[in-house]
Amino acid sequence: MARQLLKGNEAVAEAAVRAGLQSYFGYPITPQTELLEYLSHRMPELGRGFVQAESELGAVNMVYGAACTGARTMSSSSSPGVSLMLEGLSYIAGTELPAVLVDVMRGGPGLGNISPSQQDYNQIVHGGGHGDFKMIALAPCSVQESIDLTVLAFDLAEKYRSIAVVLTDGSIGQMMEPAELPEMRPVKFMDTDWAVRGAEGRDRRFLSSIYLDPPQEEQANLRMARRWEEIEANEVRFKEYYLDDADFAVVGFGSAGRIALSAVRQARAEGIKVGLLRPITVNPFPAKVLKEVAKKVQGMLVVEMNAGQMLDDVIRITNNCVPIEFFARLGGVMPFPEEVLVEIHRLAKGPLTTEGDPRSRWLKRASAAR
Amino acid sequence: MVAPETQGQKVYSRPESLTVTPTHYCPGCTHGVAHRLVAEVIDEMKLRERTIGVASVGCSVFAYNYFDFDFVQSPHGRAPAMATGVKRTLPDKIVFTYQGDGDLASIGMGEIVHAAARGENITVIFVNNTNYGMTGGQMAPTTLPGQKTSTSVNGRDVETQGFPIRASELIATLDGASYVVRRSLNDPKNIRQAKKALRTAFEVQQRGLGFSFVELLSICPTNWGMTPTQSIQWLEEKMMPFYQLGDYKISQAVAGLKF
Amino acid sequence: MQTEVIISGFGGQGTLFAGQMLSYAAMDAGKEVTWIPSYGPEMRGGTANCTVVVSDEEIGSPLARNPKAAIVMNLPSLDKYEPLLQPGGVLVVNTSMVNREPTRKDIKVVLLPANDIAEKLGGQRLANMVMLGALLGNLPTMVTLEDLEAAVKAHLPARHQKFLPANLTAIREGAAVKAQ
Repeated sequence: MARQLLKGNEAVAEAAVRAGLQSYFGYPITPQTELLEYLSHRMPELGRGFVQAESELGAVNMVYGAACTGARTMSSSSSPGVSLMLEGLSYIAGTELPAVLVDVMRGGPGLGNISPSQQDYNQIVHGGGHGDFKMIALAPCSVQESIDLTVLAFDLAEKYRSIAVVLTDGSIGQMMEPAELPEMRPVKFMDTDWAVRGAEGRDRRFLSSIYLDPPQEEQANLRMARRWEEIEANEVRFKEYYLDDADFAVVGFGSAGRIALSAVRQARAEGIKVGLLRPITVNPFPAKVLKEVAKKVQGMLVVEMNAGQMLDDVIRITNNCVPIEFFARLGGVMPFPEEVLVEIHRLAKGPLTTEGDPRSRWLKRASAAR
Repeated sequence: MVAPETQGQKVYSRPESLTVTPTHYCPGCTHGVAHRLVAEVIDEMKLRERTIGVASVGCSVFAYNYFDFDFVQSPHGRAPAMATGVKRTLPDKIVFTYQGDGDLASIGMGEIVHAAARGENITVIFVNNTNYGMTGGQMAPTTLPGQKTSTSVNGRDVETQGFPIRASELIATLDGASYVVRRSLNDPKNIRQAKKALRTAFEVQQRGLGFSFVELLSICPTNWGMTPTQSIQWLEEKMMPFYQLGDYKISQAVAGLKF
Repeated sequence: MQTEVIISGFGGQGTLFAGQMLSYAAMDAGKEVTWIPSYGPEMRGGTANCTVVVSDEEIGSPLARNPKAAIVMNLPSLDKYEPLLQPGGVLVVNTSMVNREPTRKDIKVVLLPANDIAEKLGGQRLANMVMLGALLGNLPTMVTLEDLEAAVKAHLPARHQKFLPANLTAIREGAAVKAQ
């Protein structure tokens, strides 16, 4: 297919359609609403299910019901709406069902604003509702990657009977870029021994997240934990830029990652040997490659559009084997490459330390600067 | 239960749609009656292999253990949303929710109102026993003024605890609802009426006529602190005047229904 | 090579559309491009701007603090973006809507009364294409005027096809205005 100029949110919606989306349930919230609007006409046109729900609570539970049938189903929302969905996500996970959620992150906490941010990293990677479950989280940085990862989200959700989240943000959702859409795949129910579609010629099935007998609930939890190990072993994805000979490394995902890329290129043009590690799966996190990079370089810079939610993971994984610095813009403010470049200069100039807290040093600099 | 035989002719047996499982319901509870009526209707309409039930949270949380067809189990109050998801994905199947009054009229008020307003082609069975049974008899949105519960120990004071909600009357105001009735499980005559209503509700869904809702007045002897007989009497004397039996919404298409 | 352009004006001046046409031209010319609007909560009014980045390789930041070029359709946009332009950059100013001239001497300035030119060609709504033509006439390294004309022919919405000749004339009229 030829490249088309596509808006991020609409591209994700059409990618989902082509991945075999059978029913969609959503609720308006900026900067995600184009997904809902696009699918409101696209799904009925194809004879597929669409409901504008009464709330995100309604939407996620409609997804829960649809997921029980073994259909490819999804919802989309933005940060405050995703907070409302956490109840349903826990139930879907507890019932071990495949479902896809697109989270177009905005500024917060609370009502916040409608500008791009990465405030949901913890909510998706470390939170996501009550209980011991994890969600696959794919973080695109461009329209093309949004398309590719949406299709992948459906495949991974089905393969692992898990929730897969496409973790994007207001800038990627609103941005237009040339991109290629995949071929239309046929819509089909999953071939499973668990889906509930009427007990025709077989014993009844029921799907629930309830295990009143604690040892049974323990077994279910163990099953989920083992499944996650499998996901960690097979599904880690990331992209490396200029890391082969790098003395320094920047780590950032999604928008922060691509903004950092501009800064890394400028620094390279100045002769600073710096590279970029951009996690594509933020859950499972590319821990192995991060450790390898950490051992190779003299210092690392973590760049985010939140107050260091991923930074905590980077610190934990690298375990003090490399000096780390941190830079972020918050609340819906996007960093400019020039700001990141200043931090790369600081990193290259030193002195570097593994002592102290990178977040505190950044906060001190940020207070002094503004 | 063993089907008694008279002169070799079977006059009573377990509906095919009920599993051979003793229920967890308290002695005297009318959930068992409601379950049996639903199962009989599903059998009579030969829908067992096409039906998907949606259990809610409350005493009926384990409904899926007792019905011998496919079932899913929803978060508290969200059964109509979950049923919407199932039905919109499988429009040819029969989908119903089975919800209590705390589930439907309190935490799930948003979901039920909007499912009805959308005219979702599902059936909702609403069991009203004026309290939260599963958690031990707390005040529900249906608790009568003056009624004592574990969270209204001196009787529901409407000045501070508000007024009960009449769900059938409320749902009936919505254009999307096609069939909304209230029945009671207090005596054989009313139980027969209740079964007829359930039959109508499933017929409405099978024919694609839209949202059907059957409220069933029920008793909760354990949490009411009464014997089953006293409970029936209380239902008749206190509940029925407040929650009057009747047909609250019969759409034109449903009025013409013959089966 | 990478070029960043900000197109800014009041809502209704067609800044976002002009940015999209520029993006189509870049895409059809085989380049990488990003178009990103600055979006606010309001549906109408206020300022509207977009940033277009055109490059030969994978684009990093879709935003630029110091763009290579800016098309400013009104006074608030001139005030905001003149100081931010890269030295040597191109500033295209709609003199129909501003009451002052740019003060910087280290940039190329293109002055044209886009609204007046557009009015003569058939309507104010062509002002954005006049301005875009003026940018490419003075910054041909990003995409060529021919690329833009081809893109407008290919991507002007069907309901606006009757305005195609006027749009093409607007681009050429703008391109004829040279930097001072």
